[in-house]
Amino acid sequence: MIRDALKNEFQRIVGKDNVMTEPDELHAYSYDSAVLDQTQPAIVVRPENSESLGQVVKLCNENGLKLTVRGAGTNLSGGTIPHPGGVVCLTTALDKILEINEEDLYAVVQPGAVTAKFAAQVAAKGLLYPPDPGSQAVSTLGGNVAENAGGLRALKYGVTKDYVMGVDFFDVNGELIRSGGKTVKCVTGYNLAGLMVASEGTLGVFEKLILKLVPPPAAYKAMMAVFPDVMDASRAVAAIIANKIVPATLEFMDNFTIRTVENFRKAGLPVDAAAMLLIEVDGHPAQVEDDAAKVESICKDNKALSVRVAKDDAERNAVWQARRDALPALARVRPTTVLEDATVPRSKIPAMMQALDKIAKKYDLTIGTFGHAGDGNLHPTILTDKRDQKEWHRVEAAIDAIFEEALALGGTLSGEHGIGLAKSKYLKNEYGVGTINYSRRMKSVLDPNNILNPGKILGPLLA
Amino acid sequence: MADIKKLVSMLKELDDLLTGCMRCGMCQAQCPVFAQTGRETDVTRGKLALLSGLSEEILKDPEAVNEKLQRCLLCGTCEANCPSGVKVTDIFLRARAILTGYLGLPPTQRLIFRRLLTNPKLMNNLLSLGSSLQGLFTKDADSVIGTSCARFNAPLIADRHFKKLASKSLHSQTPHKDTPSGKSGLRVAFFPGCVTDKVFPQVGQAVLKIMEHHQVGVFMPPNQACCGIPALSSGETEVFDNLVRQNLDLFAKGKWDYLITPCATCTATIAELWPKYYGDKMDAVRVKELADKVMDVSQFLNDVLKVTPKKAASPAKVAYHDPCHLRNTLKITAQPRQVLAAGGKYAAAELPGGPSCCGSGGSFNIKHYKLSDVIGRKKAESIAATGAKIAATSCPACMLQLSDMLSKSGHSIPVKHVVELYAESL
Ligand SMILES: Cc1cc2nc3c(=O)[nH]c(=O)nc-3n(C[C@H](O)[C@H](O)[C@H](O)COP(=O)(O)OP(=O)(O)OC[C@H]3O[C@@H](n4cnc5c(N)ncnc54)[C@H](O)[C@@H]3O)c2cc1C
Ligand code: SF4
Ligand code: SF4
Ligand code: SF4
Repeated sequence: MIRDALKNEFQRIVGKDNVMTEPDELHAYSYDSAVLDQTQPAIVVRPENSESLGQVVKLCNENGLKLTVRGAGTNLSGGTIPHPGGVVCLTTALDKILEINEEDLYAVVQPGAVTAKFAAQVAAKGLLYPPDPGSQAVSTLGGNVAENAGGLRALKYGVTKDYVMGVDFFDVNGELIRSGGKTVKCVTGYNLAGLMVASEGTLGVFEKLILKLVPPPAAYKAMMAVFPDVMDASRAVAAIIANKIVPATLEFMDNFTIRTVENFRKAGLPVDAAAMLLIEVDGHPAQVEDDAAKVESICKDNKALSVRVAKDDAERNAVWQARRDALPALARVRPTTVLEDATVPRSKIPAMMQALDKIAKKYDLTIGTFGHAGDGNLHPTILTDKRDQKEWHRVEAAIDAIFEEALALGGTLSGEHGIGLAKSKYLKNEYGVGTINYSRRMKSVLDPNNILNPGKILGPLLA
Repeated sequence: MADIKKLVSMLKELDDLLTGCMRCGMCQAQCPVFAQTGRETDVTRGKLALLSGLSEEILKDPEAVNEKLQRCLLCGTCEANCPSGVKVTDIFLRARAILTGYLGLPPTQRLIFRRLLTNPKLMNNLLSLGSSLQGLFTKDADSVIGTSCARFNAPLIADRHFKKLASKSLHSQTPHKDTPSGKSGLRVAFFPGCVTDKVFPQVGQAVLKIMEHHQVGVFMPPNQACCGIPALSSGETEVFDNLVRQNLDLFAKGKWDYLITPCATCTATIAELWPKYYGDKMDAVRVKELADKVMDVSQFLNDVLKVTPKKAASPAKVAYHDPCHLRNTLKITAQPRQVLAAGGKYAAAELPGGPSCCGSGGSFNIKHYKLSDVIGRKKAESIAATGAKIAATSCPACMLQLSDMLSKSGHSIPVKHVVELYAESL
């Protein structure tokens, strides 16, 4: 329980309507999109301007209250599951797009601005903000930066970090720290904006973001290639890149996912295919024609059973609908859906696929795999029912095995979903104790009371 | 009140339905209530989380949960877009029934539901009394839209610009009807629904005129009962059963091919909710028959009578609002637009920002008027932005809300039902 005096203080800062302490309200902030146990905060506050955001941080620090900032709460690693009895600070009211600069190709936004709304406003001005996580219809830009979110276009256009020019944030004392800027080049001081990317709310609270915009491609072409064998599909991926073609998007679906999607949509997908690649090339019209033809012949050289090139926007949409359907279709098979994020060097995709197959058999689980083949980022999706305790134990063991395998193949724990609570226990397997100690020392100086999203990334701080 | 055993088994069923939600949060993009408040308790995911907490802890704080649960328009937008296919409205309706059973209704509401809704004759009498008295309490607000507002400070009316109850309801203008099929060879049963009956009798008359024009026979029995959605969405399942049974008996008295309504909510309720929630399983066949034959009036005109758009030289723009229950529940969006253009005078203008809920949501509008007001005013602005001089829709409940909102925001844009505009041309 939070003391009345403190509650009054929060009310003074953000207004009475923006403070929540009722049990049912707290219950609604005890989870995010990760399949993890819930914990309840003691209070939820919703500042409506950046000044009160800063004051909230300061008040928390002065009283040793653990603070978790929450955007849309769609992260898949437990990053917004609060510390028990802590404070949740919502950014949903800080959602303004402050500036879209068409001359200098940048935009300034508040952290709670919704990604897709922002992208649409940018598009309306004839520009492009490329990072497009699958959750973009609801995710916030603050959450995207804090998780370094990726998306379908990451292969060619990069991930959120490639578009962060500046982050203004509050330190634990509520002091506004400015970093980066509106110029293409800026090397003033430490790269604090870079430090904030993927910090998952553990190092500072974003107040404002400066994001890079680019001109959109003039043309694009989508295609769907079907393979008899996962190995052939992977070889096609490698060959496309080796031929110096970087598609905007290069997505993969395994046989189980293809069949599930077909069951769901009945769009005439090849249910016998071992794997499918969904590819889009973009750029100058002439180059797009050229690249598309090359990609087609590379796929065929690598034993593609068929390659369907979209003739118009309707056909292009059909290609991407299949990809968009992957998660919804899988999610309907069983009650609980665990979406994992193991990433390997792209040449290791076949090995990873074989490993996943073995893991599914060993632990007697259903796993559908789809994902960003172009960047080696796979989403093995375990379909289960959390209420079945025996099966759930097998799921937990399988997740351990998946990450062990990804690391053994020279991969990483997370391509885009972050470490949060879910994967902090594996961190030392990837980077070793030294890295963790260094990071903890840094955090303990910047956040001596350990109030900023404690337990995330680095696990419980013992020191 | 429901007994504990029954409540427990209902909770169990609820729990099974709830496990499908993967907490992805994608419903935040859909929910009009969340769009205003940004609070997790106001979005589907939060409400589902509260309910799963509820069934785990068996009703620890049912009042608070109930309160949160009422902050929902039952517009079904989240359900139509949920990646996991969670049966959201089903869950909410069941949960409301459980909570109502558990909590019991406040005495006045219980009285209204038990006494009035189950007794259409009494309700009609009371309401027509109300219509003759309302002049005393209201003054005209916008003569084009035809709204009124409270003359005195009346808490229930607040600052609403409401449509007055019609001076003569449809059932007093045309108490019943039983005409043979003409050239069309078809006969329809006509269920106007209470808002049409009491507030917009002209919509009902338009339907009758259209049927006559197309030589379709009409069976409209007297003393029709409400479709039951207000009772169901308050969790009053017994009242709901009673209403459905009354209607089943009434419509069994005639022979007809389709049951048509001009109310999106009535159509959706009869088609989807009657078969699902009507408690008397012995009667399942009769319910299914009605559910299979019910049609929105535009759907009937377009799909059955093949009424299609007429080419017009310079059609007037009409801003068309898609009622949620047509768009989300029944997936009917093309037909009303076709009917609108069929008179050869009008063309549907699309609202900027695409379709969205008008914010009415039945009792939501009464319990959460402020929220309903913000959502509705946005709608009014998007209607005005089309530049159209008329707004149209396919649900009398939406007509009420749109009239209120357009009137209050100072846009003199009258609100019509698409069948009214089509009937004009006949
Ligand atoms: C269906 C679905 C699809 C997804 N697809 C993708 C995908 O394609 N690519 C991808 O990368 N991810 C994806 N995700 C994961 C998730 O959407 C992203 O991690 C997203 O960036 C989270 O944004 P959010 O606004 O929900 O942040 P939240 O989940 O609310 O927060 C995420 C982290 O950011 C921190 N944070 C938020 N705001 C601030 C702030 N102002 N200052 C400091 N820290 C802050 C939080 O404390 C937390 O640690 C998906 C998730 C779902 C459910
Ligand atoms: S209701 Fe559907 S959209 Fe909303 S969180 Fe649950 S699964 Fe996601
Ligand atoms: S039914 Fe409508 S108002 Fe209710 S939660 Fe879903 S989207 Fe929101
Ligand atoms: S939906 Fe509304 S108007 Fe139609 S019958 Fe039911 S209560 Fe009456």
